[in-house]
Amino acid sequence: MRIKLDNLTKNFGSQTVLNHIDFEDDFSTLAIIGSSGGGKSTMLRIIASLLEPSSGQVTLDGRAAGSRASDQLDYRRRLGFVFQQNGLLKHLTAMENITLPLIRVHSYEKEAAVQRALQLLDRFGLSEEGSKYPSELSGGQSQRIAIARAIAPNPSLLLLDEPTSALDPEYTIEVLDMIRELKEEGRNFIIVTHEMGFARKACEKTMFLHEGKILEYGESNELFSNPQTPALRKFLTTLLEWNVRQ
Amino acid sequence: MKFPGVFTLFITDKNTKPPAWKALINLTIIIGAAALMVIVSLKRIDVKLDYSFLPGVTFRLRKGFEMTLILSICSLILSLLIGMVSAAAQNSRILVIRYLFMGYVKLIRGTPLLAQIYLFFYIIGTAWGIENRILSGILILSVFEGAYISEIIRGSYLSMEQQQIEIGMAIGLDKAGILREIIFPQMLARTLPALTGQFASIIKDSSLLSVIAVTEMAQTMREISSLNFKMFECYFLLAALYLLLTLPITYFSEWLERRFGYEN
Ligand SMILES: Nc1ncnc2c1ncn2[C@@H]1O[C@H](COP(=O)(O)OP(=O)(O)OP(=O)(O)O)[C@@H](O)[C@H]1O
Ligand SMILES: [Mg+2]
Repeated sequence: MRIKLDNLTKNFGSQTVLNHIDFEDDFSTLAIIGSSGGGKSTMLRIIASLLEPSSGQVTLDGRAAGSRASDQLDYRRRLGFVFQQNGLLKHLTAMENITLPLIRVHSYEKEAAVQRALQLLDRFGLSEEGSKYPSELSGGQSQRIAIARAIAPNPSLLLLDEPTSALDPEYTIEVLDMIRELKEEGRNFIIVTHEMGFARKACEKTMFLHEGKILEYGESNELFSNPQTPALRKFLTTLLEWNVRQ
Repeated sequence: MKFPGVFTLFITDKNTKPPAWKALINLTIIIGAAALMVIVSLKRIDVKLDYSFLPGVTFRLRKGFEMTLILSICSLILSLLIGMVSAAAQNSRILVIRYLFMGYVKLIRGTPLLAQIYLFFYIIGTAWGIENRILSGILILSVFEGAYISEIIRGSYLSMEQQQIEIGMAIGLDKAGILREIIFPQMLARTLPALTGQFASIIKDSSLLSVIAVTEMAQTMREISSLNFKMFECYFLLAALYLLLTLPITYFSEWLERRFGYEN
């Protein structure tokens, strides 16, 4: 997957969250790290075309989201997005959450959609959960179903915004295991995460966002063992100091 | 807290339904006490209820009952329309429309229905030549209830979580799809019980239309009692007839609440 950011800027009022970012590279799995409020979610939502940039544009494999509603729709339909929490539709069961986009957006027949959902639920050990409503699911189950929904139509890229930060440690592990499995089957994804161990071991590349810029970028292992900038060094040691789940 | 022996008959745990027999005992006590209160009161003022006049008035009663139903159902439909338009209009980007409907809701909710009925019927109705009392009644009642329904709908839209809509965008639904698949069903689940409850209010409120001589149930009863002077009998019966309509609706509303209660 080739991603290209052209002069990407996002302002909220007078606050500049992303500041004229230019970037281009190939990746299969990419982690975005950075301190809280640094614009990681903003960046991911712009890449997903859920938010329009103040200026500049994102291109994925040569296709830009554009500014026309129908183009944006086409663009979004090739992506999967996983929210930090509460990412399921509350009025639908787990199963219906997975089948709704298949039927309404990706023109599956009802039968085929249900088959696909059952297959995914089964694969991720969620068969028992299919008929439950989001309010009846644990945080970890919700997240795994949200991921299953996102990959069900086989998107060309999966975007995950801190999918584990609202979870207890035991659930964090089951969700991260699931994402690693996706990597092993060759899916492309971008994940915003505070799990440095996961970024380092399970993501091919890592990007460090700092003060509206991509301050460092590279092979994950290299970036974590050899941070070049004082800011990244400081970021990593602060995390280590409190031994945030490595 | 621990209650000694016999008191446990009257106590249940928080947030749980008591067993049927417990409910029955307690309900019997309350209904018994209420009935006793009425009977004793009637005794004290020396009144004996005498319903021997009933067979002679059943036809009129049925007509009144039907009129109440017609008024209520027509007003329900019309007030739903008004309520939906008003709720949407208060979000309008055109300020004249927005303020018009905000003013409408405040004015109607802030004044008694009785005043609205008189003012509308005798001033606006006369000035514009709307003389049909039934039609006027339905219009007034609809305008009145519409303001409440507007608030029910607006409240439910405001409580709609923004992220649910964003999920819709993320899974690739277009605007119409988000409206149909997410906003509409979630708002329906939240508003249906309240709207059903509002129907019970419409039925009760329609009784005020008796002041412009629409012969619905209350007016029928008033006429009957002015002929036979059986005030108490007539108004007990009137209350019972309204309960006959509103109680099932209240239960239906509670059932809907449970049926759509996917959130807990
Ligand atoms: N809709 C919005 N309106 C105004 N300001 C916003 C909005 N969304 C984000 N911001 C601001 O933009 C900045 C970056 O937010 P963002 O959510 O992208 O950070 P983040 O890196 O994801 O942080 P975290 O790790 O806490 O999730 C923050 O200062 C935030 O207050
Ligand atoms: Mg964030």
